[in-house]
Amino acid sequence: MKKIIALALTLIMGAGVLTGCGSDGQGEATGTKIYRTADEIKESGEIRIGVFSDKKPFGYVDEYGNYQGYDIYFAERIAQDMGVELEYVSTEPASRVEYLKTGKVDIILANFTVTDERAESVDFALPYMKVALGVVSPDSALITSPEQLNGKTLIVAKGTTAETYFTENYPDVKLLKFDQYTEAYNALLDGRGDALSTDNTEVLAWAIQNPGFSVGIESLGDIDTIAPAVSKGNDSLREWINNEIVSLADEQFFHKDYEETLAPVYGENVNIDSLVVEGGVVE
Amino acid sequence: MQDLGIKVLFMGNNFIRLLEGLWITIKISLIAVAISIVLGILLGMVMTLKNPVTKTVTRVYLEFVRIMPQLVLLFIVYFGATKAFGWNLSGQLSAVIVFAFWGTAEMGDLVRGALISIPKHQYESGEAIGLTKAQVYMYIIMPQALRRLIPLSINLATRMIKTTSLIVLIGVVEVLKVGQQIIEANRYTVPNAALWIYGTIFFMYFFTCWPVSLVASWLEKRWEN
Repeated sequence: MKKIIALALTLIMGAGVLTGCGSDGQGEATGTKIYRTADEIKESGEIRIGVFSDKKPFGYVDEYGNYQGYDIYFAERIAQDMGVELEYVSTEPASRVEYLKTGKVDIILANFTVTDERAESVDFALPYMKVALGVVSPDSALITSPEQLNGKTLIVAKGTTAETYFTENYPDVKLLKFDQYTEAYNALLDGRGDALSTDNTEVLAWAIQNPGFSVGIESLGDIDTIAPAVSKGNDSLREWINNEIVSLADEQFFHKDYEETLAPVYGENVNIDSLVVEGGVVE
Repeated sequence: MQDLGIKVLFMGNNFIRLLEGLWITIKISLIAVAISIVLGILLGMVMTLKNPVTKTVTRVYLEFVRIMPQLVLLFIVYFGATKAFGWNLSGQLSAVIVFAFWGTAEMGDLVRGALISIPKHQYESGEAIGLTKAQVYMYIIMPQALRRLIPLSINLATRMIKTTSLIVLIGVVEVLKVGQQIIEANRYTVPNAALWIYGTIFFMYFFTCWPVSLVASWLEKRWEN
């Protein structure tokens, strides 16, 4: 499946290279460009935002068919402050970049992690969330700092950032590796390890569902940020979003967003600032 | 009961949403199948011509469609057309175009096979009693060919219905995607919803394809000599 998608994207890019060179030049001349500027969106009265429709709690559809989640909460605010109608476009992880490249959506707000590779094909605005590693352990022997893990057994899933991070930075930690997340979590439940580490959003949600376990370390390692993305070169819209994010900091908008959408999944005891980015400032 | 995943089906509008998704699936496949049958019959007749130009063109078209995965075609039409020509096609329109493009090629080949399977003396006898070429096709060849086509084209139609599950990748929310949305929305509260939702979708696909097969076997019986 992945291979077919990759092949399809390569073909389209190929087509883009063949026809694109010509059309870029012509595009300038005839005044056509793939994206819509902030003013054009306001004039049209409608903004198209690409979101996930099956990634709870970030973007999903509830039992009444309405879009819900952390990303959606922000999307609604964007449409409201722009004074336009909001049209959701359901996207898949593999097609997010392509939607922006072809201008089929104005903004992607789909839990989009900022990477250098992606930044070459799309423009990211300021971040509104961040993800790092989290460590979950039993309440009876809670691990609150990575140093406590020296000489102990840490459960990780193979090929994850957690595996690389602990191998490089804490070589004294014994790693117990699994292929599947379910196996890894079961191992922790059985007591085959002292703690488990993966993305903090994952361990937080898991700990809520499993009483007796808590996330002692909520944020560790390299921080990845999550930001809205616009088509490459759409500076006016990016500027507009950046200003919006900065001004929303006054009312602590993303903390409210967290309370509304993420708190039911991650619980009330979480340090909100380990996930939420306010005003686009990452400490 | 905490463990009964079936309750997810009746939460809110979930079941109606699944039916709405199913309608999208059926709508797109019905339109595409209808277009494919009409164009496919014409294409099949063209394919039987002895002209080397039409032979090569139709051959290349058929092979192209056969080799290309449908997903690739969907991406080319949905994203590629925007990139190359600036046409902003909707997901549903792109899906209909791709499925009709695919169905026409396959249907054309089926029609070609059915046409050349009609014995040569049928054509010759028709011409011998003074019918024109068009009349020979209209009154002698086509009625016999269509009868042979029924099982094959039903097979193609049900394949097209099932392949519509790919269109979710170009943003069309059809029955399978609605199912995934429901499963994910209840991931933490009802972990075993998947079995129930996918089970329901299985029956939905079944009851979509089954009537088609029933009509086909009825037609086959009726047209039996």
